Amino acid sequence: MTDTYAVEARDAVKEFGQGAGAVRALDTVSVAIRQGEFFTLLGPSGCGKTTLLRLIAGFDSPTSGTILLDGQDITDLPPNRRPVNTVFQSYALFPHLSVAENIGFGLEMLGRPKAEVEQRTAEMLALVKLEAMAGRKTAQLSGGQQQRVALARALAPKPKVLLLDEPLSALDLKLRKEMQGELKRLQLETGITFVFVTHDQEEALTMSDRIGVMSGGRILQIGSPREIYARPTNRFVADFIGETNFIPARIRGGAAHLAGGVELKIGQSRADGAATLAVRPEHLRLVPQGMAGALSATVSHSVYFGTDSHVHLKLLDGTELVARQQTDPDGAGEPKPGAVVGISFAPGAVQVLED
Amino acid sequence: MANKAFSVSRLPGFSTMALLVFAALYLPILMLVLYSFNSGKSVAVWEGFTLDWYARAWANQQVKEVTVRSLVIASCASVVATVAATMAALGTTRRKAFKGQTFIYVMINQPLMVPEIVTAVALLIFFASIKVATGYQGLGYLIAAHSAFCIPFAYLPIRARLEGMDLTLETAAADLYASPWQTFRRVTLPLLAPGMIAGLMLAFVTSLDDVVITVFVKSAGQDTLPTYMLGQIRRQVTSEVNAISTVLLVLTVVLLTAFFFLTRKKD
Ligand SMILES: Nc1ncnc2c1ncn2[C@@H]1O[C@H](COP(=O)(O)OP(=O)(O)OP(=O)(O)O)[C@@H](O)[C@H]1O
Ligand SMILES: [Mg+2]
Repeated sequence: MTDTYAVEARDAVKEFGQGAGAVRALDTVSVAIRQGEFFTLLGPSGCGKTTLLRLIAGFDSPTSGTILLDGQDITDLPPNRRPVNTVFQSYALFPHLSVAENIGFGLEMLGRPKAEVEQRTAEMLALVKLEAMAGRKTAQLSGGQQQRVALARALAPKPKVLLLDEPLSALDLKLRKEMQGELKRLQLETGITFVFVTHDQEEALTMSDRIGVMSGGRILQIGSPREIYARPTNRFVADFIGETNFIPARIRGGAAHLAGGVELKIGQSRADGAATLAVRPEHLRLVPQGMAGALSATVSHSVYFGTDSHVHLKLLDGTELVARQQTDPDGAGEPKPGAVVGISFAPGAVQVLED
Repeated sequence: MANKAFSVSRLPGFSTMALLVFAALYLPILMLVLYSFNSGKSVAVWEGFTLDWYARAWANQQVKEVTVRSLVIASCASVVATVAATMAALGTTRRKAFKGQTFIYVMINQPLMVPEIVTAVALLIFFASIKVATGYQGLGYLIAAHSAFCIPFAYLPIRARLEGMDLTLETAAADLYASPWQTFRRVTLPLLAPGMIAGLMLAFVTSLDDVVITVFVKSAGQDTLPTYMLGQIRRQVTSEVNAISTVLLVLTVVLLTAFFFLTRKKD
């Protein structure tokens, strides 16, 4: 089992419309999602997340490229013949059926015996803790309960892969946090591969085994939350996830040369030339001016956030940076606007971006 | 006046007009209902309360015959019209906008636009040639004619219902292993049902009170309730006709009320 991927897209292209007015919603996307993985597609609105899910579910067929499930080409299989289920953003519960009938729908359509459908429905109701609601119509449920019915309905037929398109975006913050935990628990309990779509980076970082960051119809980087956050490979990923400082530099002989004659050793092997360095605000340290290896900068202003404060700085060449600093109770260590300070960072905290 | 907000609805004369129109609409109906209970023979002078006219109408063999005929025609025609309208509505809403769409709407709604008398004459001529060719004289012609002009009345509520339907539900059914036919049978049709029942009732009522087309298309001895009443009134205005009209009125009001409740937005 481990040598085949749960889902794979190979060079998937999806265009809407024809000729000059065509929209390329997916541009040669290749991704391989592992068995039992919680995989998240993260990206801004309109980047093609839903389009990719719809290709996997079979609601749309790719303009070119192939979709594989368990190593089998399913590109031409209609959605009702794919062992893949979807949790829709709007839930799409059947309003004329009860909660139990909604959950049993998939198995019933598969022609399973009545006893099995009933038993599995009861199991699913217990799994999402809705036993008491079995006979209700779905319109009589709260948003969170509807969400759980949608989950139970999609999980009941034991799909190979569960697709979730921004399932939590309609919930308020508290319920959302609760459902995030619930989803993670369901995924671990069922062992089913989850492909989860969100544009909320925090949600993606906390829940996923791996994240695929999308922009403009492409997948820019795939990696674990830690890799995505700490080792972004390009400017978009670094900027989209968390806050980042970008510092222009020249690479020469395995070192990055910054304005003011500062030289940094870089861990990555890079060809010589212009590059951009990315450093998270929490990895910038303010040091006394003139310290060896430190950049010098002027403090513009600082914003107090309670646990930390954001110090806005300007380099000599005009580049603006933000440093995040722990606060002390009396505010004695806070830099004053106009002060000239040194900035240092550990080489490991600096990421050289390809751009 | 100075402190009252200007409003078109408060222009002088508007409410008077509205009241007059209402009176013109409902006074005659009120009179009709009232005089169906009049014990005298006159339909203009009140002489006392009686249910006699209802009893007479009930006992009248001819009334029974034409009523049954009307109900048979209306039932068949409304069912045929609803089935046709459902298919037409599915065909016109479940696809991307296409060339000639407006033309098709006009075609489906033709009976609402073309003067009824024109349709009536056309049907008369058309059916006459079929009669000659086949020799068939039965109710089929009336049922066919009624089905045709009832289609737009069934089509409109069904289409409204279809347009308000969430297409994701059908996608969800397909996702849950339902074949296209199962999706239609288990999701689309149940959700469409209120619209179809509304359309059925509207078509039924429309067929039940048609005169013009019926008069042109019917063969001898195929009077429906409205054409029978028309014939009676030509000879003499009787309170028996009032009584029948009142019953028809009640039936219509009941059906239209049900229609209202069915088409009202619930969820
Ligand atoms: N049926 C369609 N016809 C034409 N263009 C479409 C269609 N569906 C999507 N698109 C376009 O394809 C692009 C990607 O859309 P998609 O729905 O996949 O974005 P998304 O990442 O899911 O965005 P969101 O976060 O807003 O849901 C968008 O530019 C969108 O306008
Ligand atoms: Mg989307």
